[in-house]
Amino acid sequence: MKIIVCIKQVPDSAAKVVVEGGKVSWGDAPLVINPWDEYAVEAALQQKEALGGTVTAISIGGESAKEAIKHALAMGADDAILISDPALANLDTQAAAQVLAAAIRKAGGVDMAFFGRQAIDGDSGITPSQTARLLGWPALTLSAVIKVDGGNVRVERAIEEGRQIVTAKLPAVFSLVKDFGEPRYPSFMGIRKASRAEIPAWSLGDLGMVAPATVISWPEVMNPPSREVTCEVIGGGSPQEIAEKLADKILAEKIL
Amino acid sequence: MKTWVYVDHFKGQVLPASWEAIGAGKTLGTVTALVFGSGVEALAKTAFTYGADEVFLADDPALADYRSEAYASTLSSLAAEHKPDAILFPTTTRCREMAGMVAMDLKTGVMVDVTALELQGDRIVATRPIYAGKLLTKETCSASPQIATLRGRAFPKPAADTGKSGTPTKVAAKVEALTNVEGYATTEGGVSLIDAGVIVSGGRGVSNNPTLTPPGGLDEKQTEIWRAQQGFALVKDLAAVLGAAVGASRAAVDAGYVPYMHQVGQTGKVVSPDLYIACGISGAIQHLAGMRTSKMIVAINKDAEAPIFKVARYGVVGDLYQIIPALTAAFKSKLGK
Amino acid sequence: MDFDLTQEHTMVQKMVRDFATKEVAPVIKEFDRKQEAIPWMLPRMGELGILGICFPVCYGGQGMDYISLGLACEELEAVDTALRVVMSVHVGLCGMTLLQWGTEEQKQEFLIPLAKGEKFGCGAFTEPGMGSDVAAMRTHAKRDGNHYILNGEKMWISLASKADFAMITVRTDPNPARPTDGLTTFLVNLHSPGVTRGDIHGKLGVRAGSTGWINFQDVRVPVANRIGEEGEGFKITMSAFDSGRYTVGAGATGLIRAALESSVKYARERTTFGKPIGEHQMIQEKIAKMAQDHEIARLLYLQVGWMKNQGRRSTLQTTYCKKFATEASFEAANQAIQIHGAYGFSDEYDMERYLRNAKGAVIYEGSSEIQVLIQAGYALGERKDKALRCELPAYDAEAWQK
Repeated sequence: MKIIVCIKQVPDSAAKVVVEGGKVSWGDAPLVINPWDEYAVEAALQQKEALGGTVTAISIGGESAKEAIKHALAMGADDAILISDPALANLDTQAAAQVLAAAIRKAGGVDMAFFGRQAIDGDSGITPSQTARLLGWPALTLSAVIKVDGGNVRVERAIEEGRQIVTAKLPAVFSLVKDFGEPRYPSFMGIRKASRAEIPAWSLGDLGMVAPATVISWPEVMNPPSREVTCEVIGGGSPQEIAEKLADKILAEKIL
Repeated sequence: MKTWVYVDHFKGQVLPASWEAIGAGKTLGTVTALVFGSGVEALAKTAFTYGADEVFLADDPALADYRSEAYASTLSSLAAEHKPDAILFPTTTRCREMAGMVAMDLKTGVMVDVTALELQGDRIVATRPIYAGKLLTKETCSASPQIATLRGRAFPKPAADTGKSGTPTKVAAKVEALTNVEGYATTEGGVSLIDAGVIVSGGRGVSNNPTLTPPGGLDEKQTEIWRAQQGFALVKDLAAVLGAAVGASRAAVDAGYVPYMHQVGQTGKVVSPDLYIACGISGAIQHLAGMRTSKMIVAINKDAEAPIFKVARYGVVGDLYQIIPALTAAFKSKLGK
Repeated sequence: MDFDLTQEHTMVQKMVRDFATKEVAPVIKEFDRKQEAIPWMLPRMGELGILGICFPVCYGGQGMDYISLGLACEELEAVDTALRVVMSVHVGLCGMTLLQWGTEEQKQEFLIPLAKGEKFGCGAFTEPGMGSDVAAMRTHAKRDGNHYILNGEKMWISLASKADFAMITVRTDPNPARPTDGLTTFLVNLHSPGVTRGDIHGKLGVRAGSTGWINFQDVRVPVANRIGEEGEGFKITMSAFDSGRYTVGAGATGLIRAALESSVKYARERTTFGKPIGEHQMIQEKIAKMAQDHEIARLLYLQVGWMKNQGRRSTLQTTYCKKFATEASFEAANQAIQIHGAYGFSDEYDMERYLRNAKGAVIYEGSSEIQVLIQAGYALGERKDKALRCELPAYDAEAWQK
């Protein structure tokens, strides 16, 4: 079973992210492997343990993306590929999907392509299905349970209404939720191996493609409107009236 | 602008955010609603009542269960033929995927989980949260059609006008099959505190209801716990309506009202939900340490001087035994539950 | 001179930190209150390879260096001292002594299961009547054919009731020329007939740590379990302390950091007289001292780790590291309580646990006073390092990772 896990390097989720001079800044908070991708690596390692085979981590980025890759190697991934090219600096999900699909094709013989359910910077969660569409593979997003049997796979997908049980033939693209269990710690042996690993880099030329066009842009990034520090006390003639007012205020904030 | 709006549904029920998307589409221009499935003609007719000018209906047994490849292909081939300016979806698990795939087919892009829309000339400018809501961005899509998924309850739901009706236009379904749906299952378990987007918490004040008559034969401590459990029952009802997790202050846990797993605070869990409703909680610093970073805090407490009001966005000074049930009822009706 | 941690070291730090904060931190207060050891702690640390971190792979270890040991201790004690105590006795007093003084047969038979975490070890030197004055120990052993017969009692032994083996020093010559002569070290199997042990409760600190006594009644210890020669016991014990003390100093550095981080967080949240207390100068002074002391303690233990990696004797630097870090950690915890006010006085917050834990470290593994005497000895030229028959092996990445 040849498994590829697509990982992304993002600012630590605890980082204070603000807009400075029109640009997103996270100060000196470290860049880490996208937390959802860590769960995807764990799921991939579990599949490898059950079925045999290899796990390869791939990531699009510059030198700093190597840290996320090394973490995946230290957890137990067999090898890794960095896709690096100056033309890949600002990608939207559509462009990223094109690059990842090309890399998966170039890697060859891939049975399962794993993704975390979303990246905590862009928060869009559509790259997995877009990559599947380009490859012409089944998109088994939000998989909570994966059972492989020969060339077939059966998954339980986590949808709003509970679980949807879907079967398909491999190769397929999966995005994973948390149900596979907490990601394992890197072993010490894994840490040694990872810190010494030479990670091959593929450029756009290696993928046989030109820079994909990006159609989504962020002309403006803002800090959210600062919330009032003063408390607005809701009064009214009856509990029902107060409750109605309060419920309306809460719903107006669009967080439910 | 000619906007298409995809109506998402599951087991015959439309997800209300689809109607909100129709409302949003109408602010941009005309709306064609899309209904795909099997035996879903009634849903197609309902789309007219929410303001759709036109409805495309792809009704085919092969579409009985949502499958991304078939639904995306159906939509993409229709869009390639009719060339809408924009396609809106509600942000749901199905629609995120479908929108993404359609964008790849049509060589355009998706603005995901949008909370506000403006039109600048013929470009949609979509506001959406990024970095887990720590920042907002105004996105644009330079290709056509401009595709967006809209966050539920971010846009007003239009009132249904049963006077409006129309005849859906039947369109062909693309029935390609890369996947097969075997069935569905429900999932057990309440919402975990750490992951919860909404938390309703009870504190010491939850036991404070002198008007209730406890059953006979209880000593003072047992009576207090009985009272508190009545109060926590109200907290749990509100949490159920909001799909929220139930939390508690240390005082409530120490007093034996709820088990330790619900404790929020310095000891106990540190949470960061979008909405934290504190009922009968005074707001001492060690509780605040556990919920201070909540995006919005709402406090209900009898004591106007309680420190919790200093960190709350909205507060009610009143009897939680009256306010919480009223709030539960208000949300029930407004959320259509 | 490169003061940066390697990528390997940073990953080790993160791994141990993640384990301690995700698995132990949520439950530690409960066990500390109950004065009980966390039952799964030892097996889990063994499973993760932490108990064998700085032993060669061929001896069942993880092949990492002595700096990694220090880094692990800092991360463990930042959550609770009980975690680091395990490293001090299992790895420091027991395992590293075997690595330094054991024969090849002994390393094969005993070090491998210890490094793999299949068996647990401890160090038994202190007695009810003897702590600092090691030469005055009363537990004794007498040669009898292929065995020694052991009698006596050791007390204040971490992991006494949990360990499988104890590295123990006893008197074998009742009439030595000098008091430090006539001591011999053994690795005793604590499941042997004649061994009884029990837990000691009511400690001020390290309450989630297992501390106890071990009593020996005519315990037969095979000659094969004798470490080194008869009469080398004092030197071996001092070597054991060099290893144990290093882990104590590195661990205390973690305690300083924990006190510092909690204090910074609290100082930003708590307001008095109209502003966060972090803006008041007297609070700032306390926090600045903690930050400075953390940096100093850190540099001291990293230097010791580096020296051990080189195969260099580091007794003096280890005493600097141990004395400075443990005393600074007690003061840091003390000031952290002060910063937290009444909340610091309550077990709602961790500060009071840090203080109770920190007090132990200035007493055990060589009290602060003993450290002073050693340092004075070196400074005045009274004390010089003589070559030992067996030195702690230098770190050899290639050989250790085969």
